[in-house]
Amino acid sequence: MASLGELERAVMDLLWAGHEAATANTLRDRLATTTEAKGDAAGHEGKELAVTTVLTVLSRLEKKGLVERERGMRPHRYQAVSSREDHTAELMHEVLGSAPDREAVLARFIGSVTDSEAETLRKLLGHI
Amino acid sequence: MFWTSYLLAVLAIVLAWPVPILLSRASWPARSPFTAMLLWQAIALAGGLSMIGAMLVYGLEPIGDNLISGLRGLADMVLFNAPTTALGFWHLFALSAAALLTAHLVFTLLLTYYKIERQRRRHRELLALLAAPSVDAARTVVISHDSPVAYCLPGGARSVTVLSDGLMAALEPAELRAVLSHENAHLNQRHHLLLWAFAAWRQALPWLPTTRLAQEAVNSLIEMLADDVALKTESKATLIKAIAIVASGPTGGMAGGMTAGMGAGSMAAAAMPSAHPGLALDGLEAPTGAVSGSARTTISRVSRLLSPEPQLPAAARGLVLAGSALLLAVPTALLIVPGLLG
Repeated sequence: MASLGELERAVMDLLWAGHEAATANTLRDRLATTTEAKGDAAGHEGKELAVTTVLTVLSRLEKKGLVERERGMRPHRYQAVSSREDHTAELMHEVLGSAPDREAVLARFIGSVTDSEAETLRKLLGHI
Repeated sequence: MFWTSYLLAVLAIVLAWPVPILLSRASWPARSPFTAMLLWQAIALAGGLSMIGAMLVYGLEPIGDNLISGLRGLADMVLFNAPTTALGFWHLFALSAAALLTAHLVFTLLLTYYKIERQRRRHRELLALLAAPSVDAARTVVISHDSPVAYCLPGGARSVTVLSDGLMAALEPAELRAVLSHENAHLNQRHHLLLWAFAAWRQALPWLPTTRLAQEAVNSLIEMLADDVALKTESKATLIKAIAIVASGPTGGMAGGMTAGMGAGSMAAAAMPSAHPGLALDGLEAPTGAVSGSARTTISRVSRLLSPEPQLPAAARGLVLAGSALLLAVPTALLIVPGLLG
């Protein structure tokens, strides 16, 4: 059985690719087909993926604020809160932005440079 | 006892203002970043110790000849209701200030740690879903983004280096190795602990010149230390080129493509300061007050690589290390030795 982390990733990939809300059952079926399609040993186990496991994964993702549930309808239908691109943009904003404690959170290879310095470095690059 | 508090106060002021300003203007730290890093740590620790110590010693002066008997007297007052009439208003004021400052420093350190860890955890969660493991290196993931970006996210066993598609496209394999070795140096040398401590130090006392100067200096010194590690395996020209490509942003990828065909010989020549007199240094050696901290870091890194100066002589490094040790020993001795002698 794949780890919860791998399942979270697989579920998010499905939700991001599908663009529409899906129930845990639908997701389980699609997960089974995708792992089966790979045709390896893991695919065989993929068939036994329980709906409850998918629900666990979904509730973990919901807690992380990545997935939301359509309420009022049963079974619940789940969808991604924002697209993969939006999340990537959010991460990159955190990396490239100038939040005061950014420098303590992560270490960038190159910090922000002003336009004129970038220009100077570009000229230097032309000379190399 | 009385003169002790004045000596400590003088030391605290000297370490809070003139010493950090002189050190931040000195050019030798670029020649021996590790030694300079130790000196900054000693300045911060000794500064904090003498600040708190000066107030503590002054406040305890009426009830004890030294710190130890004074603290014992204070404990009697707090725990066993001994008479407090010996302490005047200013003594109580100094004691309260010492206690508050200590609590403030410890609390800020913990709060900063908590905030940093929370942001890192969130970042890691998203990376787990968005980024793919790199085929080139261990503990490295690739995220699909056009700008050339490279950074590392510390977290013990979960430490990870993140590269963007844009970076992979813009850099030659050797340049990529230089970037990876630079980021790995940050992780291996535990630079995030220094960044954490100095970020908290600045957060706690933002109005003190020393905290801002120390944080900027440390940010810059760890980049130099990581560059030095990268230089052990990759050539200077490769590293400079990687820095220039990444720093010049999204369009840097195109420039990298255009110059990719040039031979290694011309790149090595470019690393020598004499190969292109004027150009690089005219533009790069103009850090004015308006330049932000990280920009100054990039500029000083590149000019350090372009015109390398020899490492500080062993004697000079020994002197700085002895000075750092003395900085820590003096306030400690002022606080403890009178008690041991008396």
